[in-house]
Amino acid sequence: MSAQVTVHEETAPIGGRIWNRFTVVLALLVAIMFGVLVVRFARGLGAVTNMSDGYPWGLWIAYDVVIGSALSASGFTVAFITYILNRGAYHPIVRPALLTALFGYVQASMSVFFDIGRYWEAWHIFAPKYAQVNSVLLEVALCIMAYTFVLFIEFLPMVFERLRWEKARRRLERILFFFVAVGVLLPTMHQSSLGSLLIVFGPQVNPLYQTRFLPILFLSSTIGMGLAAAVLEGTISSVALRRPLEREILSRLMKVGQALMVFFLVVRFADIVYRGVTPALFEAKTVTIMLWIETFLFAAPVVLLMGKAGARPQRFFLAAMSMAIAGILYRIDAYLVAYDTGAGWHYFPSMGELSVTIGLIACEILGFIIAIRLLPVLPKPHTSSAARAAG
Amino acid sequence: MKVRLPLTSSEGPDDTESRFGMPRRQFLTFCAGLAAVMGMPRSAAGAVANAIVQAKRPSVIWLQFQECTGCTESLLRAEHPTVEKLILDIISLDYHETLMAAAGHQAEEARLAAMAANKGKYILVVEGAIPTGVNGSYCKVGGKTAIDLVRSAAADAAAVISIGSCASWGGMPSTAPNPTGASSVGEILGKPVLTIPGCPPNPYNFLTTVVHFLLLGKLPDLDAKGRPKFAYGRLIHENCERRAHFDAGRFALQFGDEGHRKGWCLYKLGCKGPETYGNCPSILFGDVGTGSWPVGTGHPCFGCTEKGVGFTKPIHSLAELLTVVPPTQFARPAEEQGAGATLPTVATVAVVGGLAIGAGAQLAKNLGRTDQGPSQPGGGEPT
Amino acid sequence: MISRRTFLEGVAGGAGALAVTTVAETAEAREAKPMPEKALGLLYDGTLCIGCRACIPACKEANGMPPEHTRLAIGDYWDAPLDLSGKTLNIIKCYRDGEGTHKDEEKDGFAFTKFSCMHCVDPSCVSACPVSAMTKDPTTGIVKHSVDACIGCRYCVAACPFNVPRFTFDLTFPHISKCQLCQHRLGEGKYAACAEVCPTGATLYGPVAELTKEADRRRALPPGSTTTIPRGRIGGTDTYVGKIGHYVDRVYGEKEIGGTQVRHLSGVRFELLNKPVLPDVAPARISESLQHAVYNGLIAPIAFLGALAVFAWRHMRPTGEPPADSGGAASSTGGRP
Repeated sequence: MSAQVTVHEETAPIGGRIWNRFTVVLALLVAIMFGVLVVRFARGLGAVTNMSDGYPWGLWIAYDVVIGSALSASGFTVAFITYILNRGAYHPIVRPALLTALFGYVQASMSVFFDIGRYWEAWHIFAPKYAQVNSVLLEVALCIMAYTFVLFIEFLPMVFERLRWEKARRRLERILFFFVAVGVLLPTMHQSSLGSLLIVFGPQVNPLYQTRFLPILFLSSTIGMGLAAAVLEGTISSVALRRPLEREILSRLMKVGQALMVFFLVVRFADIVYRGVTPALFEAKTVTIMLWIETFLFAAPVVLLMGKAGARPQRFFLAAMSMAIAGILYRIDAYLVAYDTGAGWHYFPSMGELSVTIGLIACEILGFIIAIRLLPVLPKPHTSSAARAAG
Repeated sequence: MKVRLPLTSSEGPDDTESRFGMPRRQFLTFCAGLAAVMGMPRSAAGAVANAIVQAKRPSVIWLQFQECTGCTESLLRAEHPTVEKLILDIISLDYHETLMAAAGHQAEEARLAAMAANKGKYILVVEGAIPTGVNGSYCKVGGKTAIDLVRSAAADAAAVISIGSCASWGGMPSTAPNPTGASSVGEILGKPVLTIPGCPPNPYNFLTTVVHFLLLGKLPDLDAKGRPKFAYGRLIHENCERRAHFDAGRFALQFGDEGHRKGWCLYKLGCKGPETYGNCPSILFGDVGTGSWPVGTGHPCFGCTEKGVGFTKPIHSLAELLTVVPPTQFARPAEEQGAGATLPTVATVAVVGGLAIGAGAQLAKNLGRTDQGPSQPGGGEPT
Repeated sequence: MISRRTFLEGVAGGAGALAVTTVAETAEAREAKPMPEKALGLLYDGTLCIGCRACIPACKEANGMPPEHTRLAIGDYWDAPLDLSGKTLNIIKCYRDGEGTHKDEEKDGFAFTKFSCMHCVDPSCVSACPVSAMTKDPTTGIVKHSVDACIGCRYCVAACPFNVPRFTFDLTFPHISKCQLCQHRLGEGKYAACAEVCPTGATLYGPVAELTKEADRRRALPPGSTTTIPRGRIGGTDTYVGKIGHYVDRVYGEKEIGGTQVRHLSGVRFELLNKPVLPDVAPARISESLQHAVYNGLIAPIAFLGALAVFAWRHMRPTGEPPADSGGAASSTGGRP
């Protein structure tokens, strides 16, 4: 039964101490990241990364930007389901999903900034006189920047509530619908374009990965990763903070993910067969092995979520893990493993690159923890759907 | 340099002065130079000195045919004023038309006498090409054709040396259309002989060959054309002092232009160094210091030692670079580049990944344990 | 079992997507780009190359590039570059097999080859660059790079199938480096430095139309023929009489990814020289076709946005209930910790 969302979930900061052993470790990782970044800006990319002319895009693009933003698709996916499809019951997870998305996109934007070599010219992206409209990267960059801005706007209500700026909050909420709409459009555009980015690489991307369906494959796996991220984040925070688990919501999310996994696998393999690349599936190469591992991880959720047992937390949590890792692996493979720039080139992330990526993830997690403790993000325990349904 | 010469005669160490007209040190320096040309270490100077001092001077019969006498002149044009004497003292030059005092029939008789007395032991040196046209009548000495002379002289010789390009492969007289049928000694004799081509060749190439023969009792290593490898083993191009300019692309384009005055490479002016074998850039000519060879003076090498190049190819035509194995310093089409996986980085990825997956697995296990069943009481369908 | 509905949804969606994209894509495919009439380029004949490498320092001098410091296990080399780089826009490399004594032979032979920008007719780098730092001159067809516009994203480095653009990773303020066919010297009446200095005319500069004819002329002659060979700039007075080699029956760059303005002739197979095997269709064409099909005039995105906005507005409208808060955000009536 579809109806306007009239039930407002009550959210509140969960309070509590921010600093414990775990968060201190996270802070340390963030500090290390800053140290590495200082060296990066002082001495250039070559001083901290293993990127080279054979592998000009490394971990910072493949993970921080491509994967990081894909895992943040929880924001737009959940917003779409809640506000566009009007499934109001998913409301409790909207704010945490948006928060994850915000941190993820801030991480992605920051990564772009310190990955591009001539960052002081970065404003050229926004200048119409420099715009090269055929470039997929231009579209991706503009969409990501715009979407980060939109996420900030969607995040403001939580801040206004905390600061008790009632008038500001009400005014914002009147126009919020437009930002929500844009916030669904933009990720659709750039997440698919992150796949299209690879098309111009042509024969440099292994035929098992290079296809005109890259945008569709990337978009569908992104939505899957977003759903998975929402489920993972929801489960972990409920377990870590000893709060009730939103079973129904999360398992429903995963059901959508299950359909997406089937869609992804059908499109991917049908395309491989159609293009006549099937024999390559059985060659003894690293890229082929990785493809099969990915496929297994994409298919596992389909099996795990079957039947009534599929609604169990253990099942949907494992399915979410599998979906997320499959998506991560797919992107690493498409950008790095299946990318063959020519004979003789080697690449593996350096300690510097790893420190920054790990530091950014730590920053994300730390930011999330601080936010849920200080801002009204998570629903109050007594308003969870389970409790509500019970009484 | 102190070297004790184990002299068996009553001559003392300082007797180089009386015998060769030069102080001992100068004599030993000369021997060191000869050793170097042969590619031997400086310490072999003593052995060379020994060979020169001790050996009974071999008889040399020197025949001249279609030639300009440039090779002989080259031999005489050495730095030390007494080298002339030295050369004439290392060998016993029993017949040399330009240098001997005798003339006419007397000279021919002296030649035949020397050949008979040293039968099987004399060295035959031939300078100049041998014409085959009109039954060899284009060149006759004492009523005999060059062909007959060289064949009869070669018959009893211990070694035959062709000095100069003319004797080595025909040289200038054999330039197309070769009206006289000028041929090399090897072609006339019908067998390979030692050749020392050049127009003229550096005298030390000849001299060293002879000393080598005296020292070791055999001729030096020869290449496929009978040329001593110590002198003709490398292309001019390989040792050229202007090679750096070739490698950097600095070429003189016209005589007198800026590049020419700066001493740049003469390849574009037709230098045949890249297809000519010789040691000219290394030992130069005339013992006058640096730059005393054609390229050094600013004129392209025209390939005087090489059959098919010298007196055949136009002086300013572009040379063909002969096959030389390129140095290993050349980059290969694909080189190993970029930093791959190292232990610390792989370990970091493994640890982080392992922790994440491990934590997830643990959480999943806990979820399985705490979960009561497929549905909780009151779990309704959301709208 | 997986719910039938779920499965069918998945498959139907997949089939639909396949169909839609295929149709949309072929309908809006971008045309292949033609070579400009007055396109300039180079003809590199590996059989004429003697490996003097004069073109490398000539290029460095013409473009103000610094020497390369190569650190190898056996020691340091100055200006013996291993590959193109941020400091080296042009390089000659040597293929070697076995003894390596026969020029332009595959077995026990060696062959020289040149690496520099191919100045493609439909360049991937121009299509990739988000800020128009890579541009193709409409008259000469030369692919130019503007350091001032560049943001250092290295998309061009990744996109180029010949792996030509390079980046100075070792600099604090880095930049992209690429051969620009000495287009900055055209005003002085000069031309590509590599061609200018080449002693044997292995690198020849000129209009691509004329270079193509010269390449075909050489290929038609019997191997080892003596012929007049132009040097420097084609159609000029600098020629010499020399021998050509035997050629592999292909001009590299004629068809590769839509054609390039720099063409190669070789005595050994191009694969041995690390020249990539490429299809005839330019990847830029495929990428742009797809982008145009989806985003043509931004019609589809704006329409989609319109629909989304309508739904969002309807579902987030205030309902008139006492806590008169609009939107989907939570109300804050409860107490705060």
